Amino acid sequence: MIKFFLMVNKQGQTRLSRYYEHVEINKRTMLEAEVIKKCLSRSKDQCSFIEYKDFKLVYRQYAALFVVVGINETENEMAVYELIHNFVEVLDKYFSRVVSEILTLIRNISYFSKLSYVSHLRE
Amino acid sequence: MPAPIRLRELIRTIRTARTQAEEREMIQKECAAIRSSFREEDNTYRCRNVAKLLYMHMLGYPAHFGQLECLKLIASQKFTDKRIGYLGAMLLLDERQDVHLLMTNCIKNDLNHSTQYVQGLALCTLGCMGSSEMCRDLAGEVEKLLKTSNSYLRKKAALCAVHVIRKVPELMEMFLPATKNLLNEKNHGVLHTSVVLLTEMCERSPDMLAHFRKLVPQLVRILKNLIMSGYSPEHDVSGISDPFLQVRILRLLRILGRNDDDSSEAMNDILAQVATNTETSKNVGNAILYETVLTIMDIKSESGLRVLAINILGRFLLNNDKNIRYVALTSLLKTVQTDHNAVQRHRSTIVDCLKDLDVSIKRRAMELSFALVNGNNVRGMMKELLYFLDSCEPEFKADCASGIFLAAEKYAPSKRWHIDTIMRVLTTAGSYVRDDAVPNLIQLITNSVEMHAYTVQRLYKAILGDYSQQPLVQVASWCIGEYGDLLVSGQCEEEEPIQATEDEVLDILESVLISNMSASVTRGYALTAIMKLSTRFTCTVNRIKKVVSIYGSSIDVELQQRAVEYNALFKKYDHMRPALLERMPVMEKVTTNGPTEIVQTNGETEPAVLETKPPPSGLQPASQANDLLDLLGGSDITPVIPTAPTSKPASAGGELLDLLGDLNLTGSPVSAPVPQIAQPPFLLDGLSSQPLFNDIAAGIPSITAYNKNGLKIDFTFERSNTNPSVTVITIQASNSTELDMTDFVFQAAVPKTFQLQLLSPSSSVIPAFNSGTITQVIKVLNPQKPSEAGLKTVIQQT
Repeated sequence: MIKFFLMVNKQGQTRLSRYYEHVEINKRTMLEAEVIKKCLSRSKDQCSFIEYKDFKLVYRQYAALFVVVGINETENEMAVYELIHNFVEVLDKYFSRVVSEILTLIRNISYFSKLSYVSHLRE
Repeated sequence: MPAPIRLRELIRTIRTARTQAEEREMIQKECAAIRSSFREEDNTYRCRNVAKLLYMHMLGYPAHFGQLECLKLIASQKFTDKRIGYLGAMLLLDERQDVHLLMTNCIKNDLNHSTQYVQGLALCTLGCMGSSEMCRDLAGEVEKLLKTSNSYLRKKAALCAVHVIRKVPELMEMFLPATKNLLNEKNHGVLHTSVVLLTEMCERSPDMLAHFRKLVPQLVRILKNLIMSGYSPEHDVSGISDPFLQVRILRLLRILGRNDDDSSEAMNDILAQVATNTETSKNVGNAILYETVLTIMDIKSESGLRVLAINILGRFLLNNDKNIRYVALTSLLKTVQTDHNAVQRHRSTIVDCLKDLDVSIKRRAMELSFALVNGNNVRGMMKELLYFLDSCEPEFKADCASGIFLAAEKYAPSKRWHIDTIMRVLTTAGSYVRDDAVPNLIQLITNSVEMHAYTVQRLYKAILGDYSQQPLVQVASWCIGEYGDLLVSGQCEEEEPIQATEDEVLDILESVLISNMSASVTRGYALTAIMKLSTRFTCTVNRIKKVVSIYGSSIDVELQQRAVEYNALFKKYDHMRPALLERMPVMEKVTTNGPTEIVQTNGETEPAVLETKPPPSGLQPASQANDLLDLLGGSDITPVIPTAPTSKPASAGGELLDLLGDLNLTGSPVSAPVPQIAQPPFLLDGLSSQPLFNDIAAGIPSITAYNKNGLKIDFTFERSNTNPSVTVITIQASNSTELDMTDFVFQAAVPKTFQLQLLSPSSSVIPAFNSGTITQVIKVLNPQKPSEAGLKTVIQQT
């Protein structure tokens, strides 16, 4: 099950966050900071799955943007990895030049609200 | 009041902030503007304001004052308002807030709205944050929408149903009829969400699971179509048709096929097909293969299929992609229990992964390596693991050390190898070793009697250089205290004996005591070791006395107590000192894992405890022999009674007393009371924090119960102070004939009101010529106040 979905930039600023379980708001910032620190410290040829507390992080880097998904152990890590890529491709097709056009991304936040942990995004 | 700025502008402004403080300032200003706008009840811009509020909430700033505004937006008729309102509700509201119930009516109306998009919004929100009350109220609507023909709504309704079931499991049956047709859909969105719904239902209820087993053929057909169908642009991801759906179906098949032969059989073909036909060049294909392997492992598949799965994992291990290797290691860990031999084939690759740079892979490889160690490969594996311990990150060292200890204990080919391995671990990862390893190690060392000299020599050399690693220093001080005489006498067969004088040994122990790096526990070990050396060393007793008396005024209470008691030992009880500080006997290990087993000691001797105890037993005349016999008598009782919590008190107590029995065999009780008495207190020290000797009571003189035909049986009686109705009788049987008596069995019977507990005897053979005795303990519980108890004994001998 997906616990949360984050898009964070290299400086640690959150661009998008979606939590599927209740997390206190101050804990969220702490979580995001820790998560981005872990992801930044990895080199290019290390694997994309990190074990963090009691769940796993699956992350993927696109230029200056990190997409990080927190999952628990019932989830197939590689399928989630593929899901991240699928998501970014959709955004790319829909908004063109995803990475720099964060504005349009945020503006259409209502579309991303429909991110259930499994949804056919192309519908 | 000027129109509030748009979200876009806000984002642009915030991005220009260069520091966190600037950003916070901007946000606070904007929040104030939004709050005043809300107070004015401005309908036109409410939507915009809430959108900005949501953005700020996402950045981590509090936004709870927007909750009611979201509700107002939901109630509005405009779609754009509703959209933002529902979004806000999903992000800001949950069942913890009271206002969320106000939404129920709105959602109900919107679920029946004419526009499918509005219905969709309502379904999404309900499926995201609906509380159990809301779900109960609206489940009927959701169920209705689940049967609709509109695929856009159907898929959202399915996901909403998943949430409802999670919150209110009793409503599961309500959705059962609607699931009948779900899998007949062509639309992948609906198929996908239906499979999710079915998965959720099967996981929650075994009845549902049994019910849905009949769907296996249909699922197999769908999966087949997915694989066989040609290119479909709508569902294509890197050349594979809808991999997400494939993975979901495989997972559902796994749940359905678990523990069920028929379903597993129906799946065998399709699993083999998926495993062989999937493209492995891209990540997508590997994701599907991974899920397939997990499914094959979990269901009752035939052996050919299992072999196929393990081979796939083996191929993954050799892949260059780190993700794939990680995933392979994880799955192998799951399967190593069941398919041990198959996994062994890949052992060398797994061991290579230990050297990988990636932290996640290293951790998995380490766990898997420990699972693969067996009697044949233990030497090679240990070498690799020790090398890994040297070079790994600190977070691994504790786990690795514990793992190595466990594996070494189970599979050690020789005692010397075992001790060498332990030494290596202590010297490389000394400070990361867990605390409970120290008593285990000490027990291991005492058990390997012939290696004492070698062990103490190596430990001494190890701490000569560096005494900062606490567990190492603790074990070393204990050993030096015990076997110091072997160290100075220089007798060591295994290695070059080193020249160590008594002064040098005392130097090192004193430096441990003084050092700032030593923990309080370590200092305790060192002080006791120095004390023990007073009996082993001959020329430095005065020095030891001086050291001990210095610490009598130490700030550390534990050290002070020990020092004071040792001082007393020197001054008042010097005659008992050699006896008390005798060498420890071989300890029996009762279980390998029990942390509170009786026989495990922390290696500490507490002769000091004895010091304070002789006064209570002053019932006996003050002769030395009797004092010591009392202590022996006392020590008989106490381990048996207070250690009831362990699951097998009888056997443990019996074994302890076996040891006492063994001691008796070394010489008849009367002639050499001194060495015998010394040993039991040491054993009993390990009884964690029990006030051991408080219960000494004597008062019933011992009797000779039977003396005929060369067989003499003595009874000694003790009564426990903690439980006055329990009498403990110790039987000692000796044999003065020329032949050994074998198969000696002692039975006893008591009247009905009494309870009798017969513990196991020390042995069943009484050696001839009074050269040894058998000891057995009987406990008699007399629930009524004092009365006569007759004890009928039956002796069988052959």
